[in-house]
Amino acid sequence: MAHERETDDHTGVETTGHEWDGIKELDNPLPRWWLWVWYGTIAFSIAYWILMPAWPGLHGYTKGLLHQSDRVAVGKELAALDVKRGEGAAQLRTASLEQIEKDPKLNAYAQQVGQSVFGDNCATCHGIGGTGGKGYANLRDDVWLWGGKLEDIQYTITHGVRTGAEGARMSQMPAFGRDEMLKPDQIDDLTEYVVHLSNRPADAAAVARAQPLFEAQCSACHGAEGKGMVELGAPNLTDADWLYGADRAAIRGQIFAGNGGVMPTWQGRLSPETIKALAVYVHSNAGGQ
Amino acid sequence: MPTIIDNTQPKPDARSAVSAAARAKGKGDAKGNLYKPRQPIYPKLVHGKWRMVKWALLIFTLAVYYITPWIRWRRPEGFPQQAALVDFTGRRFYFFDIQLWPQEVYIFTGLLVMAALALFLATALFGRLWCGYACPQTVWTDLYIVVERLFEGDRNARMRLDAAPLSFNKIWRKTGKHLVWLAIAFGTGGAWIFYFHDAPTLLRTFWTGEAPITAYVSCLLLTCTTYIFAGWMREQVCTYMCPWPRIQGAMLDDHSLQVTYLAYRGETRGPHKKGQSWEGRGDCIDCRQCVVVCPMGIDIRDGAQLECINCGLCVDACDEMMIKIGRPTGLIAYDSEEAVAARTRGEKAVYKPIRSRTIYYALAMSVVGGLTLWSLVTRPKADLNVIRDRNPIFVRMHDGAVRDGYTLKIGNRTFQERRFDITFEGVAGARLSRPGETGGTVSVVVPADQVVPLRVFVTAPPDPEGVRAASVPGRFIITSGDVRAETKTVFLSGAANPQ
Repeated sequence: MAHERETDDHTGVETTGHEWDGIKELDNPLPRWWLWVWYGTIAFSIAYWILMPAWPGLHGYTKGLLHQSDRVAVGKELAALDVKRGEGAAQLRTASLEQIEKDPKLNAYAQQVGQSVFGDNCATCHGIGGTGGKGYANLRDDVWLWGGKLEDIQYTITHGVRTGAEGARMSQMPAFGRDEMLKPDQIDDLTEYVVHLSNRPADAAAVARAQPLFEAQCSACHGAEGKGMVELGAPNLTDADWLYGADRAAIRGQIFAGNGGVMPTWQGRLSPETIKALAVYVHSNAGGQ
Repeated sequence: MPTIIDNTQPKPDARSAVSAAARAKGKGDAKGNLYKPRQPIYPKLVHGKWRMVKWALLIFTLAVYYITPWIRWRRPEGFPQQAALVDFTGRRFYFFDIQLWPQEVYIFTGLLVMAALALFLATALFGRLWCGYACPQTVWTDLYIVVERLFEGDRNARMRLDAAPLSFNKIWRKTGKHLVWLAIAFGTGGAWIFYFHDAPTLLRTFWTGEAPITAYVSCLLLTCTTYIFAGWMREQVCTYMCPWPRIQGAMLDDHSLQVTYLAYRGETRGPHKKGQSWEGRGDCIDCRQCVVVCPMGIDIRDGAQLECINCGLCVDACDEMMIKIGRPTGLIAYDSEEAVAARTRGEKAVYKPIRSRTIYYALAMSVVGGLTLWSLVTRPKADLNVIRDRNPIFVRMHDGAVRDGYTLKIGNRTFQERRFDITFEGVAGARLSRPGETGGTVSVVVPADQVVPLRVFVTAPPDPEGVRAASVPGRFIITSGDVRAETKTVFLSGAANPQ
């Protein structure tokens, strides 16, 4: 490839002597500005080696005069963040739930904390919007199995539901079908009765047959009128809200199997002030009771 | 279309079949450097009508620039008392009685479009008036030349000094000039930052080191650009950096006034001795006064040129000579190509200031100006932004009622704290409430000149007949005395998702 250096006729510039498929390269000098930029980068890199961590060695690396370390910097930032969060946390700790909700500044802070904690811990089951799903309570509406006041919500988050731990919310819907406490036709009648309770058209004969059955088996928890009892965690059967579905098949399935979900205990995993913020967040997003 | 000579391009004969490198050499110097070395220009001081106009505009524009940030303006307690202030930290712009929020930046857009159109119109009518009289580059260069003249004398003295060997005389004159230049540059950068902070406060904190870093950086940046552009680069900024000389060709036509050498009168040029006859020759005595006074270093007698900033200094220089030699003035004058051509043919010159392009520019200016002014005058004193909850888009309540959540951003543009009453219209029987409250009137106090977010719920009663649409148009209205704003939104009823 290399040939004699020659002078190009057209431009009067010497070639490098390199040739590729008849294409020759002129030996023009580098632009001066380019050279200076290049020298500049060399000078910069030398300064960088001296000031910043640069060269690996057998035991560690050169630390540089500035002792720059991303790890240390992140540690400092985290410490500063802890201090900053500490101020808000202290306020949340001392204020009552009502005070937090009424104070615009503290409320705004609690909302931010609550939203972030909700997204990390609660959204998996209750959904990022908090609307729940089948078997998972909707936290946005005005139906609360365990009470919708600030303290009720705080208690439920702190202790959980059906965890078996002491203080946890506890209720048990019997599995009337699976445990053969009721016969299938009795369950069918009861299903019609529950449909009737929620003001929907139902088989009148079945409703009449199920009346004594409901009083005997269900009214202890759901009440004589089927309006439920918050103290026992028994849902209202007369409203439009159905945790396990509103249609006959879903209602029948619930009487048959008596499902009940579990909500974890958050005490010990979340700090008391975080739970307070979460309770305020959930409460106000649900409209507040 | 008038012909404009572009001296930055190689002459046509250099455009023959030669390589790009050779052409580049043609543009540059004989040694083959790609860049043409700057030819020093020593503009001579000239007196006359246009020079007077330039002095007046120089004093006026500099006065406006330096004095404006120091005008105080009475505003309520807690607001800036400075008439013209761009408050970046507070995100507000103040100009006397006008206060703008960032979302009103479109008014600036309107102003900028107006400025561009005004430039077009002025150029179509009178050529590059902006360049010659009002451009900061011209004004500051003029100012720097005044300083230069004070230290080094007029044209001939400056040329002699530059050619002379280094001496004490040369050193102190040069040093003094550059020091004053730097002081002016610093004053320029220093005045700029007063537009962005309270001027008296900044004047104090600037020296104590407590001013924001942006103030120091801006000041340094403008000091450097002023010193380099007005002291060292001068006409090169106009010729090589500024796009306007290249754009102006599209605005000029044969009826635009430009600084023009009346060749039909001046040619044939040549030296003239006292007492000689003027028969059979032109009025131009080739004294080169028009060339030596030119801050752009061109010869106007070559014709309209890209470099020419239309400052009219050559007009003054030529008129002075014409009076001396007893010939009529106006051999170089603001004139149009069309008029010059007519007079060359011996016809009467016609000037046409009203022509299609000037009408279009003026029309566009009035439309943009009118719209800008209209939007400035009619803008509401309150802002209402409505952000719908996206997740969930609606919530069904125990009794079948449906509730939608909204975040309202309520902006109070007045200088007083205000209580805004909020109402929602559009959904039959709907109830407005705040989280934690069941109903009643919803109102919120918004401090003066602030935006307050407010979460609200709209709850529509159950709809057992299923008559409600899935998406119902509605609107939020905020009122506080005579201040009112409304924003449209939709209420999603969940009708498409039966339970």
